[in-house]
Amino acid sequence: MKYADGRIPRRRDIPRPPIGHLRYTFFTLLDRLSLTNIKILDVNRPSISNLLVRLRPVAFITLFLTIWQFAISRHPVHLLPTPVEVVGGIGDLVQHGLLLKYVVASLFRVTWGYVLAVVLAIPLGLAIGWSRRAEMAFNPLIQILRPISPLAWIPIAILWFGVGDLAAIFLIFLGCFLPLLLTAINAVQSIPAVYINAGRNFGLGSVELVYRVLYPAVVPQLIVGLRITLGIAWLVVVAAEMIAVNSGLGFLIVDARNAGNRYDLVVAGMVLIGIIGLLLDMGIRSLEKVKSFRWSYSED
Amino acid sequence: MLPLMKPFVTPAALATKLRVEHVNMVFNRDGDSTHVLNDINLEVGDGEFVCLLGPSGCGKSTLLSTMAGFLSPTGGDIRIDGEVVRGPDPRRIFVFQERGVFPWLTVEGNIGFGLFKLPRAERERRIAYYVKMVGLEGFEKTYPPELSGGMKQRLEVARALAVNPDMLFLDEPFGALDSITRLIMRGELLRIWEAERKTIIFVTHDIDEAVQLADRVVVMSARPATIQQIVTIDVPHPRDISSPHYLELRDGILKQIGLAHKL
Repeated sequence: MKYADGRIPRRRDIPRPPIGHLRYTFFTLLDRLSLTNIKILDVNRPSISNLLVRLRPVAFITLFLTIWQFAISRHPVHLLPTPVEVVGGIGDLVQHGLLLKYVVASLFRVTWGYVLAVVLAIPLGLAIGWSRRAEMAFNPLIQILRPISPLAWIPIAILWFGVGDLAAIFLIFLGCFLPLLLTAINAVQSIPAVYINAGRNFGLGSVELVYRVLYPAVVPQLIVGLRITLGIAWLVVVAAEMIAVNSGLGFLIVDARNAGNRYDLVVAGMVLIGIIGLLLDMGIRSLEKVKSFRWSYSED
Repeated sequence: MLPLMKPFVTPAALATKLRVEHVNMVFNRDGDSTHVLNDINLEVGDGEFVCLLGPSGCGKSTLLSTMAGFLSPTGGDIRIDGEVVRGPDPRRIFVFQERGVFPWLTVEGNIGFGLFKLPRAERERRIAYYVKMVGLEGFEKTYPPELSGGMKQRLEVARALAVNPDMLFLDEPFGALDSITRLIMRGELLRIWEAERKTIIFVTHDIDEAVQLADRVVVMSARPATIQQIVTIDVPHPRDISSPHYLELRDGILKQIGLAHKL
């Protein structure tokens, strides 16, 4: 949709729905939790039917949990804990002060591994992508290392860093480094030549060219890479914690099984991993909403 | 050589701005060599509006890129104000065929892109002046993806003019626009040219466009490009596009292009 003069309507041009502030916030939250990119906001619909549309994902999750609860409780063999038991398990964790401790431990490792990878891989990737010779030199090595799962490095990580945080951080770093490096290399290589030529035409030196043309031109692709990589980091931390450390959500899952088959805690750990992963993704997705980053997402 | 070819023709009143001397261009790619430009000789006067006209893919854009300093010719020299061109220069701005505006900057940010050496007040004054000149008032804070094709093209022209260059290189700048916008843009370009008297080299494959705009039309042959003929359009602006003399010039070029295809 466009105006006659070619502008695309902006958010502030779209009238606010005729509902109270509190309900608006509630709807927006539901919109975000629906995990789709489809905005179901329709101000012309009466707010009751709006509410029903927005409640759809919540209703579906409720239905799913109900079926789970009934199916398990009617089945003679205990294949899975029921949702009620899982909630009880989470309650146990809170009571023993383990919930916060484990979540913080996992997030701590992810943060360090991820940040280290970002800080090293992006400048290096931009440099390699910029220079054809560097790309030719590094590419074969990168392509060989790339298919090796970060988990294959676990024995070496433990050999180098022992059982502890450092080993886990190293594994997360490895899991994030190559995907980010490749994203940065590709991002530089796909900058249209006209932007570089225009920058040089206006008399930019090499340093200015980097921060006034190169960097802004690659940001949208980098954001996509950052988002995918944060997901990888969160996958790797769980696996690393199962082997290399004795705290965190991954450790919780293994430990709950080993120490007395507490499957309610196993599933509680899985649910927490899912929820935190979702929150991390929502956080990094908000970067895509920054206006000067958004150009590559909009229809041209 | 064709008898019609008249190299080094410049209206006597104008000082020489640009001189292209025996320029050759051969591209080597995967062992194949392509001869793109073949002994091009051309002289352009200061403040002149010259159109390079030729069939698609004949090498006219390559010639323009060499003039702007993005490519070095494999033979011959290009001199501007007597100096050999060694690279791009802010005194000569290239307006790209593709959309060259920076999508991560607002309209203001784009126009001010080349003005980073100026003090803030002067920069803002110039941005405001050129926003107005190209009729983008009210869109100062807008990002290019929200502008129409014609607005983006005007923005790119404004960005080029804002650094006050001596020369403008335009590479089929209106090719992607609809025919009405294209007519309006031609009028605006002429208005700007008459006001600021930059030297303009304008690449096009549209005969009418060339004859409507240029002081001289340089007709180029198919690849390897040579200069087929240089036609002086001695019709004052605004041009009456139905006058017999105008049509005579236009038909002459049309014949030349036909000849170029047969060769």
